[in-house]
Amino acid sequence: MTIPSIDHARSMVGTDYSESNLKAFLNGLPGVDAVGLEARAADLGTRSIKTSSKAWAIDKIISLIDLTTLEGADTPGKVHSLAAKGMLPDPSDPTSPRVAALCVYGDMVGHAVDALGALHGDPDAGLISVAAVATAFPSGRSSRAIKLADTRDAVAAGADEIDMVIDRGAFLSGRLGLVFEEIQAVKDACVRADGTSAHLKVILETGELNTYDNIRKASWLAMLAGGDFIKTSTGKVAPAATLPVTLLMLEPVRDWHSQTGQKVGVKPAGGIRTSKDAIKYLVTVSETVGEEWLTPHLFRFGASSLLNDVLLQRQKLSTGHYSGPDYVTID
Amino acid sequence: MSFLEYAPAPESTGILSLRENYGHFIGGEFVDGSGESFASISPSTEKHIATFAAGTEEDVNRAVIAARKAYDGVWSKLSGADRAKYLFRIARIIQERARELAVAETLDNGKPIKETRDADIPLAAAWFFYYAGWADKLDYAGMGANPRALGVAGQIIPWNFPLLMLAWKIAPALAAGNTVVLKPAETTPLTAMIFAEICQQADLPAGVVNIVTGAGATGRAIVEHADINKIAFTGSTAVGRGIARTIAGTGKKVTLELGGKGANIVFDDAPLDQAVEGIISGIFFNQGQVCCAGSRLLVQENIHDEVVDRLKTRLGTLRLGDPLDKNTDIGAINSKVQLERITALVAKGEAEGGERWSAACEIPEKGFWFPPTLFTGVQTSNTVARDEIFGPVLSILTFRTPAEAIAKANNTPYGLSAGIWSDKGSRILAVADKLRAGVIWANTFNKFDPASPFGGYKESGFGREGGIQGLSAYLEGGVR
Amino acid sequence: MSRLAVPKTYKLFIGGKFPRSESGRVYEILSTKGDFVANAALASRKDLRDCVVAARSALSGWSGATAYNRGQVLYRIAEVLEGRRAQFIEEIVSVEGATAAAAAKQVDDAIDLWVWYAGWADKYAQVAGNANPVSGPYFNLSVPEPTGVVAVIAPQSSGSLLGLVSVIAPVLAGGNTVVAVPRCDAPLTAISFAEVLATSDVPSGVVNIITGKPAELAPWFASHADVNALDLAGAGDLDWVDLQIAAAETLMRVLPPVEGVPVASLSRLTAFTETKTVWHTKSLI
Repeated sequence: MTIPSIDHARSMVGTDYSESNLKAFLNGLPGVDAVGLEARAADLGTRSIKTSSKAWAIDKIISLIDLTTLEGADTPGKVHSLAAKGMLPDPSDPTSPRVAALCVYGDMVGHAVDALGALHGDPDAGLISVAAVATAFPSGRSSRAIKLADTRDAVAAGADEIDMVIDRGAFLSGRLGLVFEEIQAVKDACVRADGTSAHLKVILETGELNTYDNIRKASWLAMLAGGDFIKTSTGKVAPAATLPVTLLMLEPVRDWHSQTGQKVGVKPAGGIRTSKDAIKYLVTVSETVGEEWLTPHLFRFGASSLLNDVLLQRQKLSTGHYSGPDYVTID
Repeated sequence: MSFLEYAPAPESTGILSLRENYGHFIGGEFVDGSGESFASISPSTEKHIATFAAGTEEDVNRAVIAARKAYDGVWSKLSGADRAKYLFRIARIIQERARELAVAETLDNGKPIKETRDADIPLAAAWFFYYAGWADKLDYAGMGANPRALGVAGQIIPWNFPLLMLAWKIAPALAAGNTVVLKPAETTPLTAMIFAEICQQADLPAGVVNIVTGAGATGRAIVEHADINKIAFTGSTAVGRGIARTIAGTGKKVTLELGGKGANIVFDDAPLDQAVEGIISGIFFNQGQVCCAGSRLLVQENIHDEVVDRLKTRLGTLRLGDPLDKNTDIGAINSKVQLERITALVAKGEAEGGERWSAACEIPEKGFWFPPTLFTGVQTSNTVARDEIFGPVLSILTFRTPAEAIAKANNTPYGLSAGIWSDKGSRILAVADKLRAGVIWANTFNKFDPASPFGGYKESGFGREGGIQGLSAYLEGGVR
Repeated sequence: MSRLAVPKTYKLFIGGKFPRSESGRVYEILSTKGDFVANAALASRKDLRDCVVAARSALSGWSGATAYNRGQVLYRIAEVLEGRRAQFIEEIVSVEGATAAAAAKQVDDAIDLWVWYAGWADKYAQVAGNANPVSGPYFNLSVPEPTGVVAVIAPQSSGSLLGLVSVIAPVLAGGNTVVAVPRCDAPLTAISFAEVLATSDVPSGVVNIITGKPAELAPWFASHADVNALDLAGAGDLDWVDLQIAAAETLMRVLPPVEGVPVASLSRLTAFTETKTVWHTKSLI
């Protein structure tokens, strides 16, 4: 079946959206064979990235990390520590790139902005942005009003990016129109007084959507509703990001681009702990949508412990010997 | 250099310790041949690998004598449990020397190290493992109680999966109690010689496995030898026909695994992204040099354009080059002769009106290479729709209804394999019912397992390898 | 002066670990000459309970592994057992009073029996399962699947190693997990065998071995609602009919006692499988 252009897509589900149209479209998408999908992901994982490619990949990974702390116990001090790590990942080697963003709870945004100081800005320019989770993250279980207030507060506090969660309960019980509408509403809430907009990442929580068919549908739904990024997980539910799920989400992004010309970003989050794994993601992105996606406005790793493992690999590449945990800082 | 160009990731050949000259492996020893010698070269660099002996009638005779002696004196007297133990040992040693075997296979055959490492060698070990466990359970093979072996089997294997084809032949034959004389293909004798060393490491009784290298004449000597009870051949239909003629009236049992022109049927409700992967692995795995390759794509007309677009895009990330590089997807064609065959058939395809599209690959200077190629606008009467090309060339045809897809898929003298892509189980099973092919893959392709019988209908040969069915080829009471 | 030995202590094997009995009890194992050999753990019903929990939680991983993988693990056990042949011969001689030759034969038979069953793992489904030619447009396939958690009472007067192997191997080859009570008066080989298991890629909880008195433990197996099958091979001297009656409460599958060591048989393997038959419609249009 042919995919409508972005205008058509949006008009299909405009303010007088028809949930039945949306459902018909999403249910008409080709199915996913899980065995084939996982085999393709595994195959991509066998790429051998060595020497100069590895060095490039390591630096690229660092520059694509949304360094994250999302704990109930987060404090201003914790956020300052995170920011320091993001600004200078390896004190023993200042040539290391900075991370792309800090990802924190909405009420910590102010502290993050303060901590970053002059380095707060566009990661495409080598600075660090602030992403806030919102909409009753991680569960998404609260009223619309609260979710929107959550979003507006974070934007007002200075968040450059909003990572929202979709209502999985609504999705799984078939109320796709509600899910769609909510994404649009949050996108509106990202607009600032001066007319600029925080970028919206839509977290699908793939671990709860469970089937690959659901994840495919949710990916399309999020793009139709205007998300700038689709993101796998909150990191609070297992399984979080996996290579097959990320591959699966890259496919609609690829198709959306070829049909509409628009590029949507992808963010796998949670469960990516080693640079070996992260490199597999870079390979998967490159071979599915193309290398041009390996840039902060189109791809991020939602991670915390990944950074240190990557730094250890970076140190080995530069010194020639294996490093250890004492030689990277804990934030 | 862009990231996607990936820095070289070569697998080293340092793990190999090759001899300069290999003789035959007869009676548990490496012995000189009585005839000429020939060289095997690496098809990706054209460099010399080693010299091998061209087996004469005399060499074949020596091997059969050794096999018969081992059968009468040792192997037929051993319990199944003991035969099993030898086969388990061989399986384990193949696992231990897996990396070495993968490198040797890639060097000699030209296929990517990714394939030998992840498919050929693990499957070869698995085949020995599986059949080891049958050796002492033959009562359950469906051939009655205490089925007897046939005696000495002559086995001739092709160059496309050298060690794996050796495993497919030797493992069930030995498990069933036979001894063997095996001839590897003349362009790929190397892993068979390493296998001979493995037999020595496993302390396999002398003469149970004998390996005679050589080309067509050596194969003929095996087929014609009077003291061989069973011939097992994998190779071209043309040669298979000749063997079937030769053994007529001789009382020799024979199984043949021959060519194919497999149809990969893609319905409009197929899981599309996975179907694209399946089409690609169906025809470009092992550079298409696979008897069961999905060399005909039968795609439902209403998704034809979309599928072709997606195929072309996907072919853009297939990497052709040094087979020893771990990132190579498409390796070398096995020989100059084979390359010439492919080139000629492709030219015919163009001449007959097919639209040819080839992936833009940088072809290395030395070696034998053919880029992944698609033909659209193919009609059923075209050469590229009927003849087995045995190369990385996909012929694309359309259909409108399931019945038409089936009719087209079956409309060939071959009958080895087929693929069915659909999200609808009832359709998959009904189509599978009607396809005249010995192996049918639904929503997947090119999957092999020692527990799963493999073989063809019609001119793709007869007999099955793998599973319980694979045992009957080597026991009395089996039809073939 | 001869070297002072470092005697081995023998504990239970539960969930991949070697704990003592939660009851703290032990019982003496003497050589046939009456010398003290070791204190074996005397398992309690709570140890049994823990084994069943471990076996249940290991089940989905073990039964979900490929048959090839199970066969590989089982073959590996045989390799490790073969490597420790001398140790087992010594233990059997000491505790069973067997001659060295008889002990050696028992160990060799145990290894060979194990290899026989290991080879069934990826084949029995081909013999015990089948496509069924039903009338109608249906694909119909019967497949044997593992029963689940199996409790076994190993032979109590035959070879301590061979008897144990002969009842455990078929259970594992079929994809089940097992809790076993070995020969009570000669339990040490069983724990040494557990050490073989612990070093052979066997996932924790797939095999659990508790030394102790069958008379005390068997009733708790028979009445356990989370045990799927009960092999009373070595329970001939118990009130085993009562056990079978107790097992009937949850329709537990029960194998009755046998004389001596059970022979190698496919039916012993398939006794711990359930046949699942699947129908699927077939239609072109």
